[in-house]
Amino acid sequence: MENILSVLIFFPLVAAMLGFVVKKDSIRVYGITVAAIEFLLTLWLWFSFDTANGGFQFIEFVPLISDFGINYYLGVDGISLFIIVMAALMTLLGIVALGENIKDLKNMIITLLFLEVAMIGVFVSLDAIIFYLFWEFSLVPMLYIIGAWGGEKRLYAAIKFFIYTFAGSLIMLVGMLYIAYVYQSVAGVWSFSLTDWYALVLPISVQKWLFWAFFLGFAIKVPMFPFHTWLPYAHGQAPTVGSVILAAVLLKMGTYGFVRFSLPLFPDASVAYILPVAVIAIIMIIYTAMVAYAQKDMKQVIAYSSISHMGVIMLGVFAMNPEGITGSVFFMLSHGLVSGALFLLVGVIYDRRHTKMMSEFGGLASVMPKYAVIFGIILMASVGLPLTMGFVGEYLSLAGFFKVSPVLTLLGGFSIILGAVYMLSLYKKSFFGPVTKEENKKLHDLTGRELAALVPLVAIVIWLGIYPKPVLVPIDNSVKALVAFMDQKAQTPEAKRIIHVSRSTKEAK
Amino acid sequence: MLQPIHVSMASLNLITLSPMLVIIGGALLILIIDLIKKDLHKSLYVMLSILILFVDFGATLSLGINERGFFDVMLIDGVSVVSQLLILIASMLFVPLALTSKRFHEFSYPEFFALFLFMVAGFQFMVASDNLILIFIGLETASLALYTLIAMHNTPGSHEAAIKYFTMGALAAGFFVMGAAVLYGLTGAVELYDIAKVFQVRMAEPGISIPLIGGALLLMVAIGFKVSLMPFHLWTPDVYEGSSAPMAGYMSIVPKVAMMVVAMRILGLYVDMGVEAVRWMIIILAVVTMTLSNMMALVQEDVKRMLAYSSISHAGFVMAALALDTTKAYTSIFLYYGLFLFTNLGAFTMLWISRRKHPSHHDRYHHPYIKFSGLIHTAPMAAVIMAVFMLSLTGVPPFSLFWGKLYVISATVDAGYIWLAVVMGLNSAIAAYYYLKLIVYMFLKPPVQGVELIGANKSKPLVVIVGIAALFTTLSVFIIQPLLSYLTYMVSVSGY
Repeated sequence: MENILSVLIFFPLVAAMLGFVVKKDSIRVYGITVAAIEFLLTLWLWFSFDTANGGFQFIEFVPLISDFGINYYLGVDGISLFIIVMAALMTLLGIVALGENIKDLKNMIITLLFLEVAMIGVFVSLDAIIFYLFWEFSLVPMLYIIGAWGGEKRLYAAIKFFIYTFAGSLIMLVGMLYIAYVYQSVAGVWSFSLTDWYALVLPISVQKWLFWAFFLGFAIKVPMFPFHTWLPYAHGQAPTVGSVILAAVLLKMGTYGFVRFSLPLFPDASVAYILPVAVIAIIMIIYTAMVAYAQKDMKQVIAYSSISHMGVIMLGVFAMNPEGITGSVFFMLSHGLVSGALFLLVGVIYDRRHTKMMSEFGGLASVMPKYAVIFGIILMASVGLPLTMGFVGEYLSLAGFFKVSPVLTLLGGFSIILGAVYMLSLYKKSFFGPVTKEENKKLHDLTGRELAALVPLVAIVIWLGIYPKPVLVPIDNSVKALVAFMDQKAQTPEAKRIIHVSRSTKEAK
Repeated sequence: MLQPIHVSMASLNLITLSPMLVIIGGALLILIIDLIKKDLHKSLYVMLSILILFVDFGATLSLGINERGFFDVMLIDGVSVVSQLLILIASMLFVPLALTSKRFHEFSYPEFFALFLFMVAGFQFMVASDNLILIFIGLETASLALYTLIAMHNTPGSHEAAIKYFTMGALAAGFFVMGAAVLYGLTGAVELYDIAKVFQVRMAEPGISIPLIGGALLLMVAIGFKVSLMPFHLWTPDVYEGSSAPMAGYMSIVPKVAMMVVAMRILGLYVDMGVEAVRWMIIILAVVTMTLSNMMALVQEDVKRMLAYSSISHAGFVMAALALDTTKAYTSIFLYYGLFLFTNLGAFTMLWISRRKHPSHHDRYHHPYIKFSGLIHTAPMAAVIMAVFMLSLTGVPPFSLFWGKLYVISATVDAGYIWLAVVMGLNSAIAAYYYLKLIVYMFLKPPVQGVELIGANKSKPLVVIVGIAALFTTLSVFIIQPLLSYLTYMVSVSGY
């Protein structure tokens, strides 16, 4: 199937529209079936993907506004492939885990399918405007999910989420238009195609401005340190499935944007700004980890830990060598699965007790043993225990950045230590000790539906922790191609020095 | 003894007048029908008006480009054809909105439709000439008819609105005449191309810049009133509030397109000659307009007033393109208004559908936000369509106005005004808040108990118009390419 990417985008779209017709009592099965088919389609994409090829595959190109150079241009490489698979998987599991007592289930499932369209679209677009289209459109379903099913302050959280991201991305849009203008003045025709833009060597002073324009758009999404304030609100108010998708996929759009846009388009500026970006990333890692420790609400702990881990991903991206970038892409996947699983787990206990406060729990391990085991495994993966998926990505990201700056990497390594501190204390407070509250004594353990959502995640987290090769190799091939390309394109000697092509490609040249 | 002047019919090139003749003839026909047979139903007049506009549309389409006629007073260039087409499309969409299920008595008068058609003719004259006198006549014909149409809504608010608009409009007309007089005094000509010729010669003269810029300033005030730029916008929200929703929607598009074309011709002349002061005047007005009106829109309680401020802000946004003096910028103005037309008229029609005889949720306002709360539960389709219009106004892709914004901002970036592009971007983000506010009310708040609401004024024609607008707003991405190439061609053959 050559046009599988279009199918991946339009299948959930059509399904969402048809979903309006499906009767309310059958909508859950409809949602699960559609999401499962979409997931199988992404698996098909994976298996028909040529893992030895680092370039873009399954390319589709249809002129849309040809006078202005906007084309429906899709393609996938090792970097985006697994994020797409992960997005489809998390949507499926999110729908499976939807609680029995959720109101307006039909609206929720249709909204999730629309959101899936936008998520897949962002990761397969190779045209800046089409990318932007999906990027912005993803805000609308998320706004609705937070606003309609959220907690007490849901309206505030939803609007803050929307306005923040919208403002940042408009600045990015101006940057995109400027690149297109430069391209037009050099090549004579308009084009928003990323592959055309890659061929463009921008003057360093221009790169520096454009870098910050794109930075603002992506950094708010990641979210990076001074722009992170929307995230705790969004997570705090969002329903479980909203948090799962937000943490697992939407945040990855930001880091993916850095890998796809900032690095190859502005290699010199990216190298020049390694230090400020790394400092911000380290502030994210240490500061938000400390904030996470201070939280009383389980969900807020995980929300802040997300920001902390995104800091490690940013370090990996700006390592400018294949280890770091491959590691950060892998960490995006593992963080997606792990934080998604953690939010699902918090959702489980919230469904039973309607509170997320750690002080309300204690001794859960004796009442809900299966729950405690799964929580424990996922929590270890989040901390970065070897033989779990979290370790591979975190290790590679930090190892990559070690080549740039050992000192900063040492500070970044606090992520693991502090992660252990806040996560284990969360586990201790909630799961160990005597059962203090009367209500907790008769909590029932995980149901079949919840197990169906969680067990696959545990299996993947362990499988890819022990044997990450099937995923790492395709990512690594594409990343090597990317880094080699950046090395070719770099103009300043500093950039040439920092951008580290792996030895085999250096010798081949 | 004076020799009689011989004018051959061929030199008059009367075909250039054909669109206006069609519509004026049509308007007279409506009056004659009323004279012969009284008490005909408004649906007859609505359909007749649409047909007349349709013939007018055909006549406009068939005009040759870059022709002059009628003692060279008429100028049919690409810009005038495109803007006439926009005016006619908006008018055709407006007329069926008279067929409401509630009875609003102004529509039962045939005079309403005759006046409406005269007004359209006035707007067509405005854009199809570069003679300052004819522009003024067109402007006044259209404006006087418009004041009357507003007053015919016949509520206390509408009388106030009409008087307010009339007073402000008269002031603006005064400024226009004074500005034109200054230009005439400097150059001895009333036709813009003659004025440009004389200016080219006299530009180097010392001391010329004060009357030159002074004239531009006077004309700018007139344009500012009509396009409702800050600080000349004060009439806008009150007038929109007082007039019926479709009339307000119509006012947010057609008079502005017409005046924007006049501004293109007059101010474009200055910008083209390199008078930097005028260029900066436009930019500052544009920035002030979009920013301040966005702030004002944030605090409105009434959706119609919010949309009034939003349309001011959109006008400011487009006005910025006027200062750039590139083909792309001028094209972007028409692309933007072409897309804005459907979205905004659709949004105002939604208000019109929900209109009752008397305000139901608020003492003063007909359309407070609270009225729409929980619409998703009571009328899901209406809520979704209204949300589509709001998202389009916000500039969320893939809805139509995103492409307009994209093109305007791109034109700004091309011309080297990056900071202006950033300001425009940030303003879109501010604007997102008040559009979202309506979406929040519709989707995320519970319905008001006890007051059964929506669709009080619903009828098939209104639903059809909303449907057309919604379809266009949603699927616009597929027609941008032909639209863009047509507009670019039309604007560039006009020499802009």
